[in-house]
Amino acid sequence: MSSVRTVLTIAALTLREAVRRRVVLALAGLTLVMLVFSGWGFSRLADESGLTSGQTRLTASIVLNLVMFGFSLIAALGTAFLAGPTLAGETESGIALAVLARPIRRSDFLLGKWLGLVAFGCGFVVLAGLSELIVVQVTMDYWPPQPAVALAHVAAQTIVLLTLAMLLSTAISPMASGVVAVGLFGATWIAGVVGGIGASLDNDAVARVGTISRMVLPTDGLWRGAMHAFQDPSAIVEFGGSEAGGFPFLSTAPLTTAYLLWAVVWVVMAWALAANSFVRRDL
Amino acid sequence: MTAATVVHEVADLVAGLPPTPAIWCSGLRKRYGRHQAVDGISFEVQRGDVVGLLGPNGAGKTTVIKMLLGLVRPDAGEAMLLGRPAAEPSARSRVGYLPELFRYQPWLSAAEVLALHVRLSGVAVPASDQRERLALVGLAERAGDRVGGFSKGMQQRLGLAVALVTGPELVVLDEPTSALDPVGRVDVRDIVLALKAQGVGVLLNSHLIGEVERVCDRVIILDRGRVAASGTLAELLGQREVRVHLTAATSAVEARLAAAGRVDRIGDWFTVALPPDDDGSAVPDLVRDLVTLGARVHAVEPARISLEERLLGILRAADSDRGGDGGRP
Repeated sequence: MSSVRTVLTIAALTLREAVRRRVVLALAGLTLVMLVFSGWGFSRLADESGLTSGQTRLTASIVLNLVMFGFSLIAALGTAFLAGPTLAGETESGIALAVLARPIRRSDFLLGKWLGLVAFGCGFVVLAGLSELIVVQVTMDYWPPQPAVALAHVAAQTIVLLTLAMLLSTAISPMASGVVAVGLFGATWIAGVVGGIGASLDNDAVARVGTISRMVLPTDGLWRGAMHAFQDPSAIVEFGGSEAGGFPFLSTAPLTTAYLLWAVVWVVMAWALAANSFVRRDL
Repeated sequence: MTAATVVHEVADLVAGLPPTPAIWCSGLRKRYGRHQAVDGISFEVQRGDVVGLLGPNGAGKTTVIKMLLGLVRPDAGEAMLLGRPAAEPSARSRVGYLPELFRYQPWLSAAEVLALHVRLSGVAVPASDQRERLALVGLAERAGDRVGGFSKGMQQRLGLAVALVTGPELVVLDEPTSALDPVGRVDVRDIVLALKAQGVGVLLNSHLIGEVERVCDRVIILDRGRVAASGTLAELLGQREVRVHLTAATSAVEARLAAAGRVDRIGDWFTVALPPDDDGSAVPDLVRDLVTLGARVHAVEPARISLEERLLGILRAADSDRGGDGGRP
């Protein structure tokens, strides 16, 4: 069987699993709740009188970043907890025995699983993110400067995390892989905030914490790129210039091409490590 | 000589070659930590042969099967499936497998599981044939039901349908009846015999010795990762016995019985193991002599050592060869 067909078959199977196991339903429910609450919150903000147009844009930018962080967290949790069980769970339960005894390469099987999860995570990010942007547009008359770039960054962040969860699931139990992946995601975000505070205080040593964590796991770096594309360019000036770096829901600068390339290299390396471990594993 | 002639001659040469065995393996080894699970196993399964793998728990049976199917990497040794190196995925394109740990995607229906395996195998199997396979294992009525709601027995039946759905030339069944009721066991026996009739090679791992004895042409007995014995049932069960019901058994009669072979006595019944090189005269000669010695012969019944007795005998002999260390789990 050709590799492409195997990959597509397994990717479709992974998506079907997400639908049948009601992961999609659960995520749709959560998204709806968030859209309703954020819509209500944004409309209340819009009703506030006495805000200048600059202040309105700043407020919209901050709250949009906050809500989108919520969505990115749901995407991260959803895909990380899907990636673990779908791989390690199948090898533990024995489901993988019959499948992998077919004339298919394990690396194709892994690529199919990964592609299915990527399609699932990115689909969620795009649909939920676009819905939220429309809510903000309707309630606060705010449209981010680079919505496609922003959503692409959130999707990339999801891909990084699910690749990490997949790598972990080749070595540790399915539940542990999800917990460790999400734990690392949270730790990197906190390290990023700490680094931002360090930068705003001109403390290089503290700022380096954020830089290093963004290199080790690019989720926070990509999230900062997303925030920059969601927020109004004037928001930083309105907030107080470089001091905004210490605030967790504003980003002072877009991502560099070098950093985006590093994120791609990181994903390729993590996937290759996962594949290497999975191909050698005795089932 | 033209190129076309050469091609024809080569084609004739290849056509004249004997078919490659369904399974060929040599010197397979696998170690898990300090435990040598498989220690130099070699055997063959010919197409159309049903070969049984027997042995105690931990003998390495499932590990051998997994190494053949590329699920476990051997530390050493080589294996071929249907003439292709087992390490290549394409070697498994005409192989069906029912794992000992049979679990199928609980969120799919039985028909969807079959369709998935057909797609992954790359073999075109019409939907009607897929439904027939489900009917063969008694799941025709449950084709559209989710596997998550199936009992263990039904999942094992589904596993059998999965193993057979692509029309394989080799079928590997690892404990295929462990969750089945007596009717299901008979169904499996019939399926295995039908596969044999179609020229399909079958490797059957089962703890149910009676099952193996009924369907297998050859048996391989594994013990602690090695082949303890192998051969056809006739070769393995070659030793025959005769049971004699006697009264008035004097010491001379008992001596004559002992001269014929090893004797086990329960009351007036004497079971005598006959020599392997018996040409058929041992029993009539024995009866004639017993009557001459004054014994009253009430019954003479031929008997054969069962595969179970033979298996236990081989395993005990292997134990005593190791100095009776008694390390069997």
